[in-house]
Amino acid sequence: MGNRLLDSSSGGAQCGLGGERRRMMEPGGWGRGRRMSPASRWWLPSSGVTDVFLSLSPPPFLPLPCFSVSSDQIEQLHRRFKQLSGDQPTIRKENFNNVPDLELNPIRSKIVRAFFDNRNLRKGSSGLADEINFEDFLTIMSYFRPIDTTMDEEQVQLCRKEKLRFLFHMYDSDSDGRITLEEYRNVVEELLSGNPHIEKESARSIADGAMMEAASVCVGQMEPDQVYEGITFDDFLKIWQGIDIETKMHVRFLNMETIALCH
Amino acid sequence: MGLRRLVLFSPGNWWLLLVALKCSEASPDLNESTNSSAQQEPNAWFAAASSEADEKIPVFALDYDYVQIPYEVTLWILLASLAKIGFHLYHRLPGLMPESCLLIIVGALVGAIIFGTDHKSPPVMDSSIYFLYLLPPIVLEGGYFMPTRPFFENIGSILWWAGLGALINAFGIGLSLYLICQIKAFGLSDVNLLQNLLFGSLISAVDPVAVLAVFEEAHVNEPLYMMIFGEALLNDGISVVLYNILIAFTKMHKFEDIEPVDILAGCARFIIVGVGGVFFGVIFGFISAFITRFTQNISAIEPLIVFMFSYLSYLAAETLYLSGILAITACAVTMKKYYFMKMLSSVSETLIFIFMGVSTIGKNHEWNWAFICFTLVFCQIWRAISVFALFYVSNQFRTFPFSIKDQCIIFYSGVRGAGSFSLAFLLPLSLFPRKKMFVTATLVVIYFTVFIQGITIGPLVRYLDVKKTNKKESINEELHIRLMDHLKAGIEDVCGQWSHYQVRDKFKKFDHRYLRKILIRKNQPKSSIVSLYKKLEMKQAIEMVETGILSSTAFSVPQQAQRIHGTKRLSPEDVESMRDILTHNMYQVRQRTLSYNKYNLRPQTSEKQAKEILIRRQNTLRESMRKGHSLPWGKPAGTKNIRYLSFPYGHPQPARRDPRAAGFTGNDSSDSELPSIMFKAHSRTGTLQERRLTHEIIPMKSLPSGGKPCHVRYPRHTSQEEHVGPGRREALRPKPLFHAVDEEFESGEESEEESSASGSRWSAEPRPSRQHHRSHSPLLQRK
Repeated sequence: MGNRLLDSSSGGAQCGLGGERRRMMEPGGWGRGRRMSPASRWWLPSSGVTDVFLSLSPPPFLPLPCFSVSSDQIEQLHRRFKQLSGDQPTIRKENFNNVPDLELNPIRSKIVRAFFDNRNLRKGSSGLADEINFEDFLTIMSYFRPIDTTMDEEQVQLCRKEKLRFLFHMYDSDSDGRITLEEYRNVVEELLSGNPHIEKESARSIADGAMMEAASVCVGQMEPDQVYEGITFDDFLKIWQGIDIETKMHVRFLNMETIALCH
Repeated sequence: MGLRRLVLFSPGNWWLLLVALKCSEASPDLNESTNSSAQQEPNAWFAAASSEADEKIPVFALDYDYVQIPYEVTLWILLASLAKIGFHLYHRLPGLMPESCLLIIVGALVGAIIFGTDHKSPPVMDSSIYFLYLLPPIVLEGGYFMPTRPFFENIGSILWWAGLGALINAFGIGLSLYLICQIKAFGLSDVNLLQNLLFGSLISAVDPVAVLAVFEEAHVNEPLYMMIFGEALLNDGISVVLYNILIAFTKMHKFEDIEPVDILAGCARFIIVGVGGVFFGVIFGFISAFITRFTQNISAIEPLIVFMFSYLSYLAAETLYLSGILAITACAVTMKKYYFMKMLSSVSETLIFIFMGVSTIGKNHEWNWAFICFTLVFCQIWRAISVFALFYVSNQFRTFPFSIKDQCIIFYSGVRGAGSFSLAFLLPLSLFPRKKMFVTATLVVIYFTVFIQGITIGPLVRYLDVKKTNKKESINEELHIRLMDHLKAGIEDVCGQWSHYQVRDKFKKFDHRYLRKILIRKNQPKSSIVSLYKKLEMKQAIEMVETGILSSTAFSVPQQAQRIHGTKRLSPEDVESMRDILTHNMYQVRQRTLSYNKYNLRPQTSEKQAKEILIRRQNTLRESMRKGHSLPWGKPAGTKNIRYLSFPYGHPQPARRDPRAAGFTGNDSSDSELPSIMFKAHSRTGTLQERRLTHEIIPMKSLPSGGKPCHVRYPRHTSQEEHVGPGRREALRPKPLFHAVDEEFESGEESEEESSASGSRWSAEPRPSRQHHRSHSPLLQRK
């Protein structure tokens, strides 16, 4: 289905959404009237945004992922950001409670946490940020951009790696660079938590089975005294080998006419 | 190779057939009172009954005419089934050619016999029989096997391609052929535009089931697969609607001229017929799903209800001149969400294919070089045009466009099949004086596409190296993908966007809150996922286990040995929980891999057999557990959840052990060691290639506690070489493990896909290698 079709129809659909959108429509809220809030000017692509962006969030250990957004989108995201934050410059964890749809998401806590993860924000190798500003918000969003088909192989690989790293961080909650069995189990339990009838036991055994499988995929034949301590990022890449994350991990709306910002 | 196999089993069957034919010839002589023209009459089987009989009661009478039709039809089907068995006995053959080839060949052979003996084939094909009995099951099955999720993810492109593609092809071919017919030299000037259009509509009905089988085997990417699948699903409906409308036009044209208003009315009708059909289907689907809610105590009736409702939707739609095909498709799709069943519908397709073969050989052909060649050419040209044009447009709207390679494959997969033939065969002779030529041209196109394209598409897919799907069917992947789905939906929520994933999510919620409550009975054991496909997953789990056994036989013999000497008693809880875990696991893994294959229905395993297999499997597991003296844990880990594959010991279960399993548990030996499970999940999707084997070793018991977080130690397990463990437990596992791969087991691997029965056979055979059971796996060593 064409995203343009979707986009054109999404306006109408959103109106029926309920609370959120209505708030946006209120006078004095975040309607379309306020196109250029001062806070949203800095990112405009006219003045070397790439540099600005890079300097604002220096990559501690990796270059920025392929990141291209159109000004429309950023504006849209900025409105949303303001709405979430309650017109504050930063978002705190509690602000995410305002998203009603998120409540039903079984991995809600993981998602929210990912927004504050320093690793995803490129601000450090561990720990959580207390609050994030709009740049950070954009940084997180940038992980969900579709991969441009015009990119060359190297860039695609880079993108892929970035996306996978984001996913990896969702699993690896203690930032030790490994998905341990405990962490894996947690994730699986959360995934299955939507269904109250699945016992924890079975969730665990699924995680266990997955772990076994991961071990056999990643290490292959292990020495008898070898210990598989958890899935490292390299192993994670190995598991994902052949799965075209490029076509999977992206959010459609971020994919209108794009302006490349960092090619 | 395959033919030799065919010959092996066929003679007996053909002998039967010959006897039947002889009898039918002989019957008029024996039965003097039978009309001599009985054979020509379509209702020959009433002839004997209605005729005036002799006064005497004959001691021995032969009344073949009475049973001729069902008799011969049964023989055909039997023959086709036997041919299929032979086809699959040699396991590389199905990879070389599609099964429809075989059916056509068999049909042609039967046709040759019938022709040679001057017998008249029973009137299986006639308009009402085809539309009322043969067509519905074929379509119904397509609907049931539809992989819902990817279908709806690509629904825009599918509708665009399948709908418009069929129309473009139909009209394109029809119009171009009409132009050809204007050329005097070909002697076709009596074929008018409407007839050409009609021919175009029936010849454009592609039947890419054979292609789907190839795709599945080659693991092409999902969107590509779904395009072809969607085409298979919708194309029939569209062509038949078009066909019927054009027939109506033709009838009308006989008496009066067609005015533009009529054409407009025809277009409107086309839409109404389609939409109305879908509407009917959905309604009936929901009704049926609602009714099956109350059938828990008489579950035997469930399949009947489901089938009857689908059929009813078809008939009801047809009564109102709506598209029954689309109705039944929609009905099946709707119900599938709430109920799952497998349809044995290959019978009608088999019949059609065989009948196609039968009617190939005979005198009812008119060979017109020009018409046939141009038909063939135009079929290809117009398909190419429609593919490239339509995908050029739809690619503009897709995030990930179809590549040129994908489009080439789609172009090449335009295999015609049973549908086209039936429609051509059913053309009314009164309106189509050149019907024979149409039929011949259709046959040529079908033969060309089925044999040439059908056989070469596999190599082509491999040659073009189409982007592969990533269906590795691993638990990890399933988990990751699920996580990612939720993540995406979550991110969209955060962004306040209302789009694809959210639509899906919302529907799920709605579905969950309301529809399911209404439609699914309350006391189904587990909600959502598990309950839906309970039966299915059980079957699949069994399948997995079965193939697991097979692959284990092929893969590592010692397990075989161990299985036979299973020593430790199985507690029923373990069986039960293993089964649970298996089903859970399998379900998770295989949810989306419901494969669609019209020809190969998955082997049905009876409950009893299933239990047996499972229990045998338990023996293996338990045995290998027993053998695992050492813990595969590097460091002792400290918490209660170390019980790795944690069995709910708290739930007493009724004993469901097979007596045979009890027999295995005679010689207990060292039970005290820490057990681990060799768990081998081998996916089976009916393809020939070996799939990745995953070995999992699951330690069973709690570990001595320690402070560290758990670390898993995965010892090697696929080593074929001898290995003597250096550890202190060496005495307990003195023997090398993988030293006895005898040929028998290797051949076991070959027969993997043949039949479910062989699964139990392999495991049931007591292995002569009794000495192995003392050997211990080097996998389970530790320092």
